[in-house]
This record gives sequence, structure tokens and C-alpha cells, in this order.
Amino acid sequence: MGMTMTQKILAKHAGLDEVKAGQLIEAKLDLVLGNDITTPVAITEFEKAGLTQVFDKDKIAIVLDHSTPCKDIKSAQLCAQSREFAHKYGITHFYDVGQVGIEHALLPEKGLTAPGEVIIGADSHTCTYGALGAFSTGVGSTDMAAGMVTGKAWFKVPSAIRFELVGKPKEWVSGKDVILHIIGMIGVDGALYKSMEFTGEGIAYLSMDDRFTICNMAIEAGGKNGIFPVDDLAIRYMEEHSKRNFTIYTADKDAEYEETYTIDLSLLKPTVSFPHLPENTKTIDEVGDIKIDQVVIGSCTNGRMDDMRVAAKVLKGRKVADHVRCIVIPATQAIYLQAMREGLLEIFIEAGAVVSTPTCGPCLGGYMGILAAGERCVSTTNRNFVGRMGHVDSEVYLASPAVAAASAVTGRIACPCTL
Amino acid sequence: MRAEGHVFKYGDNVDTDVIIPARYLNATKGEELAQHCMEDIDKEFIHKVQKGDIIVADKNFGCGSSREHAPLAIKCAGVSCVIAETFARIFYRNAINIGLPIIECPEAARAIQNGDEVEVDFDSGVITDKTTGQTFTGQSFPPFMQRIIAAGGLIDHINGR
Repeated sequence: MGMTMTQKILAKHAGLDEVKAGQLIEAKLDLVLGNDITTPVAITEFEKAGLTQVFDKDKIAIVLDHSTPCKDIKSAQLCAQSREFAHKYGITHFYDVGQVGIEHALLPEKGLTAPGEVIIGADSHTCTYGALGAFSTGVGSTDMAAGMVTGKAWFKVPSAIRFELVGKPKEWVSGKDVILHIIGMIGVDGALYKSMEFTGEGIAYLSMDDRFTICNMAIEAGGKNGIFPVDDLAIRYMEEHSKRNFTIYTADKDAEYEETYTIDLSLLKPTVSFPHLPENTKTIDEVGDIKIDQVVIGSCTNGRMDDMRVAAKVLKGRKVADHVRCIVIPATQAIYLQAMREGLLEIFIEAGAVVSTPTCGPCLGGYMGILAAGERCVSTTNRNFVGRMGHVDSEVYLASPAVAAASAVTGRIACPCTL
Repeated sequence: MRAEGHVFKYGDNVDTDVIIPARYLNATKGEELAQHCMEDIDKEFIHKVQKGDIIVADKNFGCGSSREHAPLAIKCAGVSCVIAETFARIFYRNAINIGLPIIECPEAARAIQNGDEVEVDFDSGVITDKTTGQTFTGQSFPPFMQRIIAAGGLIDHINGR
């Protein structure tokens, strides 16, 4: 029996010719990631066990992106602990305020994630790098600590679901709509413990930023990882961002998939996830009249250049509705700078939006846009759980940057096609 | 190893944001996190929970964020075991890695009611609802994971090798 793309990568990193779904393996790691919330817990484990060495200072990334610039004294202490550890062990890829961006936008941009690699991160959205054909998955702080010491992690080899993408998406339909559609179709545990492998000629119509968004939300379907084949676009992305060598893996023709779904991208519509689960999706023509209080455009899901450009396209020459607060967060310093050079920041500010330094802040209800009881937010982020962005009686509606920007203008959930 | 206690019962998709909201993630100590355990789904939980009590839930328990603070908060609140129909995968890993006993058993998850007195024998995987007299057999861990749990968690397991 053949192997899926994910299984081939795992087999290679476990030093095996073949692996099967369900098999427990130990795989070598190419990168171990942590942020300012999860790294301190890993450091505590590391030090409690009396450990004094990391496996490779060049293969660990510590990114202070969640509560920075620090929102309170306790967060500042956690960042200080991470900073001290990074300096003590000479961690090469340590990113602090000034260089930091949201981890899952930053690492690919810095060329630290490559096709064929095995990457773990103490952040659930580590699955993002599957867009480049890597096996990458979220773990907890103890796995991070163990990975930093041994350079290895244990995995149960996942079975896979294949999503065959065909057709060309219509205007205002983006990677976010594709993944929200899929989560709506299979549910928040529809890919539990499994790989989500995206294939098909429709991939050619998806930009790298679309693919990052799609893989980013694999976890919202319960997936272990999401992964795209490495095509010319992905190779070009790597050439632009990295000098590293990498290996391209392809799924065997007789690879086993538990299920195959064919999705015609040309039939998809802008899609919105209603509270309080990402699977509660409606297409934009089904949403009805939902008045909103806040819009957030940013995050590891949708804070990249494509997202800034489409939001600016919608907001250009328009105004954010009087009763709406619109917060735009470019995901990295490079994106921020590029958005400035292209005049996008000017468009946002003239429209009445605010532009923030890169941070995960509002997505997880950390800071920089917390919701009060009864408030509603249209957000380009990834989760709309109870209390996710603030008060337990607030509501989050997940959508694309295009829909979020249009909603900011109308004050109600809206399609940009109606402006 | 055994667990015994009263049950707090929850439904599908209990996410890590309601287990431990992000507003408390500026803390890392289990005892401090435990004070806010389940706060956004059950405000009474932390006032009612007794040492040894058991959480029972339906599908996809622990979905969402990778925050290890979630199983840590549950463990430090005194919970001796979580039984669910299924667990989200990162929560599953994290629970094993920090030594919070968890057990997948759809039948038990469906039948056991809030407040029931339940006993779990981890060696046999047998779950007994002492209130109703029903017994169930949960899925036991593969030997590899049992070794991690027996060592007291992943770090101690690695250190012992």
C-alpha cells in the first residue's frame, strides 16, 4: 500500500522505509517553535528536569507574539523569562518586539519552514506550514521542552482525508472561504487525528497566502496537519524567502485515503462562521441582518499581504460605520512596511480604522480589542468559541478580510459585492 | 492506579478557551490556573469540585488552543480523570505528557450523568458508575504511552532513558 505525502515525510524522519496509519514512531525534528505563552511553561519543565542543553540552537524558534508589546506585568515576566532563556542558550531564531511578527506568518517569511520538513510548535496553528509541503503540527509546552532537548517527537502516524479542489474561485472568494466551507462540511472534529491533504487542479488558483490560511485552520477541523503539494508557486516562494535546500515529497498513486471530497471552488461563496463554533457556517447570502460593533482584520490566519490588499481594496474611499471599531493588524513588520509602501495603511486610517503593531492580541481575547457583553465582532481570525475575544456573552463571526472590511463599512455582516 | 469521585458532565466540543480563558494565560502555575478552571462554561465548577472528582464529556474534549495550561488547570483543580467520547489531539498529547489520566469511552460518556459517583481502574480500563451500577470498558493506552505515564510524564520519561 502506498503512502500519503504526510506519511512519506514522517517515514523519512523516522528513518523508516514505510509507515502505516496508526503506527507509533519517533521522528527527527527540523524546527521546534514556541511563543510567549507556551515557551515559559516549556522552560519551567526544562529547568525542573535539570536539563542544561538544547539539541540545536539553530532549530528552535521563540517568537514573542501573543501579549507583546507586553499588556501587563505578568506577561512582561513571561517575556522576560523567554528572553533570558533564548539568550542563555543562544537561540538563533528569537524574535522580540521590533523584529517580531505573528509566528505563523513570520517563520515562512523568514524562510525557516521548508517543504518536506517535520516541524512542531507549541501553538495549535503550527499546522500552517503545510502550505509549503511540510509536516507541521501543534503540540503543548512539554512536547516543546522535549523537542528542544532531544530534537525528536513521538507521533501516531495519521490516516488522511483528501480534498480534491477543482475549478476557479469567483471574485471575493478566498482561501478563508475554502477552509470555512470545508469545516462547515466536515465539522470541528471531522478530521480528528487525521491529515487533510489538498490536491487537484484548483490549487493553481490559490495564492500562497490562500494556502497558508487553509492549512492554518486544519486544526479547526480537528486535523493533525494540513498539507499542499509543492508546485511551482511554492518553489518560487521558497526561492524568494530562503537559501535552504529542501526535499519535495509527493503522495503515492495508491496512497490510502479514508475519504475523498471533491470541492468545486467556482461554486463557493463568501462564507461566515456563526458563534460559537467554526463549523456553524453560512454563505453570505444566508446570513441575514447582523449588526456588529467591531471588526478585526489580522492574525496568523489572515494578516498577510493578500489580506491587507483586499481589505484596502474594499475600504478605499469608504468609511467605517459610525458604530463600528475596525482594527487592522499586519501580521509581521515586513507586511506592515509593505502595506505602508503600497499606501494601504493610509487607506485604512482614512477609512477610520486603526492599525496595530503585529500581535495575536485580540484573536485570543488577550488585549487590543476585547469585547464587552452583548458585542459582536466580525473577525478574520480562526476561533469563535464562547468568550474567545472577551466577555462570555460576546459573539465572534469568522470571515475573510473582504467580508470583514465590507462589514466594517456597512456596520452589518456584508458581502463586498453589495457595496 | 484508580480514580474515584463525583462526575461533572459536559457536552461536545468543550474547548480550551472555556477550560482556561486566555485572560488567565499570563499565569503558568497550575494552582493559580486551577482557580479559573472551567470558568467560562461552568462558574460553579471550581467552588464545587472535590479532590478526586471526574469530568465526563462527549465528543472532541479539549479542542482549540494547544495551551497545556488547560490539562494543568484540570489536574490542579483536583480532577482525577477525564472520560470523553473523543479528545482533541493536542489535548490528548498534553494530558499524557503532564500525567493527567484520560480515557476514551463513548459508551461511558453517553451513559454517565452529572453527579454520578464513578470509579475508574486504569489498569483494566474498566469504568464503573456506582450510582447506576453500570460498567464500561474504555480504550487502554498503548504500551509506549503507558511508559510515559508511569514515568510521571514525558520529561521524566526522557530523563530516565
